[in-house]
Amino acid sequence: MSSKDLHTQGLMQLAEGLENGDFTAVELVTALLDRIQAHDGELNAFITVTADAALQAAKRSDELRRKGDGGVLNGLPLVHKDIFCTRGVLTTCGSRMLENFVSPYDATVVGRMADAGAVMLGKTNMDEFAMGSSNETSYFGPVKNPWDLACSPGGSSGGSAASVAARISPAATGTDTGGSIRQPAALTGTTGLKPTYGRVSRYGMVAFASSLDQAGVITRSAEDAALLLGVMAGFDARDSTSIDHPVPDYLAGLGRPLKGLRVGIVRQHFDAGLDEETGSAVREALSVLEAQGASLTEVDLPNLDLSVPTYYVVAPAECSSNLSRFDGVRFGHRAENPEDLLDLYCRSRGEGFGAEVKRRILTGTYVLSAGYYDAYYLKAQQVRQLIADDFRKAFADVDVIAGPTAPSPAFRLGDKTDDPITMYLNDIYTIGANLAGLPGISIPCGFASELPVGLHLVGPHFGEEQILRTAHQYQLLTDWHTRCPEGYA
Amino acid sequence: MSAAWEVVIGLEIHTQLATKSKIFSGASTAYGAEPNTQACLIDLGYPGVLPVLNEEVVRMACKFGLAVNATVAPRSVFARKNYFYPDLPKGYQISQYELPIVEHGELFITDGEGNEKRIGITRAHLEEDAGKSVHEGLDRYSGIDLNRAGTPLLEIVSEPDLRSAKEAVAYMRKIHTIVRYLGISDGNMQEGSFRCDANVSVRPRGDEVLGTRTEIKNLNSFRFVERAINFEIERQIDVLEDGGEVVQETRLYDSGRDETRSMRSKEEANDYRYFPDPDLLPVEISEAFIDGVRETLPELPDDKRRRFVDDYGVKQDDAAILTVSRALADYFEEASASADAQAQVVANWVIGDLSGALNKEGLEIEACRIPAEDLAGLINRIQDNTISGKIAKEVFEAMWAGEGTADAVIEARGLKQITDSSAIEAIVDKVVADNPGQAAEYRAGKEKLIGFFVGQVMKETGGKANPGQVNEVLRAKLKEGGQ
Repeated sequence: MSSKDLHTQGLMQLAEGLENGDFTAVELVTALLDRIQAHDGELNAFITVTADAALQAAKRSDELRRKGDGGVLNGLPLVHKDIFCTRGVLTTCGSRMLENFVSPYDATVVGRMADAGAVMLGKTNMDEFAMGSSNETSYFGPVKNPWDLACSPGGSSGGSAASVAARISPAATGTDTGGSIRQPAALTGTTGLKPTYGRVSRYGMVAFASSLDQAGVITRSAEDAALLLGVMAGFDARDSTSIDHPVPDYLAGLGRPLKGLRVGIVRQHFDAGLDEETGSAVREALSVLEAQGASLTEVDLPNLDLSVPTYYVVAPAECSSNLSRFDGVRFGHRAENPEDLLDLYCRSRGEGFGAEVKRRILTGTYVLSAGYYDAYYLKAQQVRQLIADDFRKAFADVDVIAGPTAPSPAFRLGDKTDDPITMYLNDIYTIGANLAGLPGISIPCGFASELPVGLHLVGPHFGEEQILRTAHQYQLLTDWHTRCPEGYA
Repeated sequence: MSAAWEVVIGLEIHTQLATKSKIFSGASTAYGAEPNTQACLIDLGYPGVLPVLNEEVVRMACKFGLAVNATVAPRSVFARKNYFYPDLPKGYQISQYELPIVEHGELFITDGEGNEKRIGITRAHLEEDAGKSVHEGLDRYSGIDLNRAGTPLLEIVSEPDLRSAKEAVAYMRKIHTIVRYLGISDGNMQEGSFRCDANVSVRPRGDEVLGTRTEIKNLNSFRFVERAINFEIERQIDVLEDGGEVVQETRLYDSGRDETRSMRSKEEANDYRYFPDPDLLPVEISEAFIDGVRETLPELPDDKRRRFVDDYGVKQDDAAILTVSRALADYFEEASASADAQAQVVANWVIGDLSGALNKEGLEIEACRIPAEDLAGLINRIQDNTISGKIAKEVFEAMWAGEGTADAVIEARGLKQITDSSAIEAIVDKVVADNPGQAAEYRAGKEKLIGFFVGQVMKETGGKANPGQVNEVLRAKLKEGGQ
């Protein structure tokens, strides 16, 4: 393989090439840094590029390899969403509030990837504090979708998704609170995995909504996602909500054929509100699964229509509290010449946060207020339990639940910014998995209006193997995940 | 105070738990370090950090619950109390709200009439302390010291069962004794390890409905608790008797002026927006865990006090004093074990001379200069007539000054009592011969003069003669001289 094609390869192929000595990590990293140079001007996928550190890390991994050492990801490049704390590197969370914040420590996810030998190329752009579905709330400007630069790549992990779609990086980390990995993966024709809540440590991930946030990955294939999940997953004593559950060999389970797989279909997912071409692509994908011996069954999730309103009570409530630490006192943006303490608070936060973050802090503060708590927050928690119960019942009869990831393909930048509710509805199919803490994956399954469409697969708790295997088997039979946007081949 | 009014008081006591590290981080809790040197990223509330509960804190809260006969909740939940303040790094304090770790406890105090009175303990919950703001020496700025941020606290909330400032102090002292017995807090009030808020109201005697209460914040000595509450009671009665209404508010006690002042009213109170902390799992405590903790419980002050009365025959009041601290009680028991005297004699020495010497130098019993065994040695020398009670005081002072054991002091200073009767008789003969007038008066019936003669003999012997023996010999000699 010539070094000018390195960017086209996924992680598994790159690992093989490095192992065979076809190229070095330094050559690989150099090629990808060149691609950032060439393409990020138009995409705006990066907030920080760590070129020098990446080259040094690549050099070290080449040395380790010569000695026969190195972890499973040795020399493999990736990018981190700018929500993960990276020691000595800017960690902005897409916000003016943290515009100059250099983290003094590494997130567990970042540390585990580095320990396994992965090389960080940079930090990717995102919706401010992960609040958004289009990447337009970023203080650093929106990310462009490589499939159509006038379109949004989705959000909040938009920079991660765009960099993988544009063949700048073979893989990226992301976080998913209501669909923030899966929806951008769908909109950019990439594979996006959100693991079970508690599967991956949240330590060092700037918190948005603690009970919903989960770290995951965006890759070119389910196989690559399985490789990375094996490194990221596992108990972390620094995160009380991480679960001490054995980490299987995710790659080992991918080969099992789909015969006998019970696939659940949710009727409401195909109701009005779903774009016609998107629906056709998803139905077509389901028939591919069926042809492989999977059985399709309709399942009922009676409370699913309550998931968006429930989410927009729980998530803002938690965020209103999580973001209180950004007060201008110890780190982050501080207003100049405050008159007194109140002025310091009001202006630091007023200047540091964007409109969407403020909207959610206000909403969250309201729903937790004395006299409203029972009607909103407590009620939402009860509904959340009902939704989780619905899923639990459904998974008694099926192994995975399949449907569309997003109701439509990528929308044009600016189209939904004036109407938060329409924007929120973009996550209507993905939010349920967050509320119930379930793993979900989005994989490319066709096109609508010449833009990628995602197939969404949800599994039961710790059912990552099941959804990864389903996705991988599908990808063995289809080539949607290998399609590259024009100009990025 | 007017007999027409009944006082109702409830206390919220904040006791710092004596763990090595903080409640949700590994940073040290040691007091007195340079500002901000004992605050890690978790205490500073950095982006992305998460709390992890220190298990020792749960064990300590559980110990307290068992000691006050309370229910230890099988499941308790940490909640966030949201408010902005510069010394509160996260913008919320992690505390327990709806489901505390300890509920429905009780303890007993002695009320004004000397009767035992039950005080209910509503709950005790775990929480993290905040940092502190520093104003001294900083022109136009406030400094923030976050060393204390994240220090574990147990907040102990009483029922409104207290009826006077004295009862409130007795209750607070009892809690203070218990937490120190359990070894879960050093109870150091100067360092703020033990402080309280007092809720005070008054109502016409006989009324069922509670009066409007005020809350006096941050009282850090027993004396301030008593004085602040008494001031507040008088103030509220004055307001009511003048036809006014008590305003529900938070007040601060100014010890310099000995008065309470309004800090903020109910209308200005924060809405803390409590909700369960999603970063922490509910605390689940098994029966087996509780049983394990129960096995580590020491004998508690009330049981010890009863045992001192029943087994040692010590007076009630003295037993109460001896059991105020576990170390003092231990000292007493150790001394009693080595002393060949009644335990009450040992108690008298411990409560009297020994406590006096400690108080004079502001020392705790742990820093006592005389080991319990040596005090017993001193008492034994009185019992076996080696020295008199009077000489014993001198020996005690020498021991305190570091001159060694009672035997060493007696030997070095030559204080051994004269018990040789021939020696005493010789001195008595001399004294009687030297004072013929007084001897005649005595014989004529002025028996009070025996004291004079005893004094003279003691003077001759430098106080070393056995007074009983001297008395006996004198009476015999005076009597025989008259015949």
